[in-house]
Amino acid sequence: MAQERELTCINCPLGCAVLVQMDGDKILSISGNTCKRGETYARMEVTNPTRMVTTSVPVDGSDSERMVSVKTATAVPKDLIFGVMDALSGVRVTAPVSIGDVVLANVCDTGVDIVATRNA
Amino acid sequence: MDTRDLVVIGGGPAGLAAAISAYEQGCTDVVVLERDVQLGGILNQCIHNGFGLHTFKEELTGPEYAARYVDRARELGIACELGTMVVDVSTDRVVTAVSPQRGVFSIQAGAVILAMGCRERPRGALGIPGFRPAGIYSAGTAQRLVNIEGQMPGREVVILGSGDIGLIMARRMTLEGAHVACVAELMPYSGGLKRNIVQCLDDFGIPLLLSHTISRIEGKRRVEAVWVSEVGADLKPIPGTEVRYPCDTLLLSVGLLPENELSRAAGVELSAVTRGPVVNESLQTNIPGVFACGNVLHVHDLVDYVSQEAALAGECAARYVAGTMASAVREVPVVAQGGVRYTVPSCVSADRMDERLVVRFRVGNVYRDKYVSVYVGDDRIIHRKKRVMAPGEMEEVVIKKTDLTSRPDADRIVVTLEEE
Repeated sequence: MAQERELTCINCPLGCAVLVQMDGDKILSISGNTCKRGETYARMEVTNPTRMVTTSVPVDGSDSERMVSVKTATAVPKDLIFGVMDALSGVRVTAPVSIGDVVLANVCDTGVDIVATRNA
Repeated sequence: MDTRDLVVIGGGPAGLAAAISAYEQGCTDVVVLERDVQLGGILNQCIHNGFGLHTFKEELTGPEYAARYVDRARELGIACELGTMVVDVSTDRVVTAVSPQRGVFSIQAGAVILAMGCRERPRGALGIPGFRPAGIYSAGTAQRLVNIEGQMPGREVVILGSGDIGLIMARRMTLEGAHVACVAELMPYSGGLKRNIVQCLDDFGIPLLLSHTISRIEGKRRVEAVWVSEVGADLKPIPGTEVRYPCDTLLLSVGLLPENELSRAAGVELSAVTRGPVVNESLQTNIPGVFACGNVLHVHDLVDYVSQEAALAGECAARYVAGTMASAVREVPVVAQGGVRYTVPSCVSADRMDERLVVRFRVGNVYRDKYVSVYVGDDRIIHRKKRVMAPGEMEEVVIKKTDLTSRPDADRIVVTLEEE
């Protein structure tokens, strides 16, 4: 049973509307893209879409900051964005914090750490 | 009165990159004056990723990108005075500032770099009918509240304007548990980057309503609802198309304005299009020894380009201070035509320029399959096809010194769009 996925390519301002025909996990065809990068993007988006998640968490004991910004050290599966946010709710850090410090290890069993992106 | 070879006004990405570059060129008697209590400017609240792909070949968040420059400035021992608000710059480069530590003080500067950045267009500039209830924020204010203060401005949100900050905040508010009903955009195209439309709106099913605006704000003490109307070709709301969105918060992402009060008072000539200083190839204004870079010069989409531009300003200011800036025998204007709204710089001297010069510009509409052409006098020296150009994406062309020196009679450079 074939399904269709409509995507907007993000590689350039052209923003091609890319249509991917799928049979389960199998890609049958990719159309609408006007360059190779669009195809690569569409393939990634329908098979394993990932995103960086960035947010901030409260910091205790800092003279200057109330919040410390954090990020997933690498991109995580897109459907885990809210899972990552949930895992971080209630997480606080204590100063001093440096860029790159691990704030939460192995978030949502992804093997990816949440790291600080500012000093406090 | 204190004296300094170089005073940089603003310690954001532009000011830091300019100061570092000037220092590295040998202009070590430099001070950065920053009104905030920390360096880094707006990058401190831009906690999302996507910065630095051009500069560092990796994707950083705003605070990480800022930290690279702050660390470098510290390493070099560049003086930075924080909590220091510049209140006046005179034509002979006396910079007057005020700070809690020093009160009011003045510095006679050998050269000045303007790097004050920009600010958001406020509600008052839009003329939306309704009362003035709580719950209306510029997107950048909301960004500061959420990311720096840890406060949520509201729970049920409508966003007017699809500039990048508005798109970023649509995602940010959603991640923090708010519901974003829609983003309304007056123009038939978004002013934001494609990547942000996909990753900040499409990922979360937030509708982008092009050719729509807010025609009414309901609520006296707090926003209770906004009315979203379709607009016609004249950009005016079409009666009968309005839809009421109950909400407690309206975020405005409706444009950025270079912050040039100091420049104006100093007598710096400003462009009616960019609202920033008119500069030559050295990013020098009409006042000798006063340079400009970053968002105070023209609003950028990518901080990487701000850093590049600021580094050039720093280099040129260092040359000015050292007395090694070549004097210009001849200067030709750069004319923006045929859909090109402006260029930076707006005049060029072949005598002063480096081997290559990046000319940045924006177009006034969405154009498909057009050629970017550059003429020096009557000769077309650049003719490059672009699949698409949009007002939200800054463009650039590179002019070589030899393009000018080989055409000594050319009286102008034209940057234009052509059909073929």
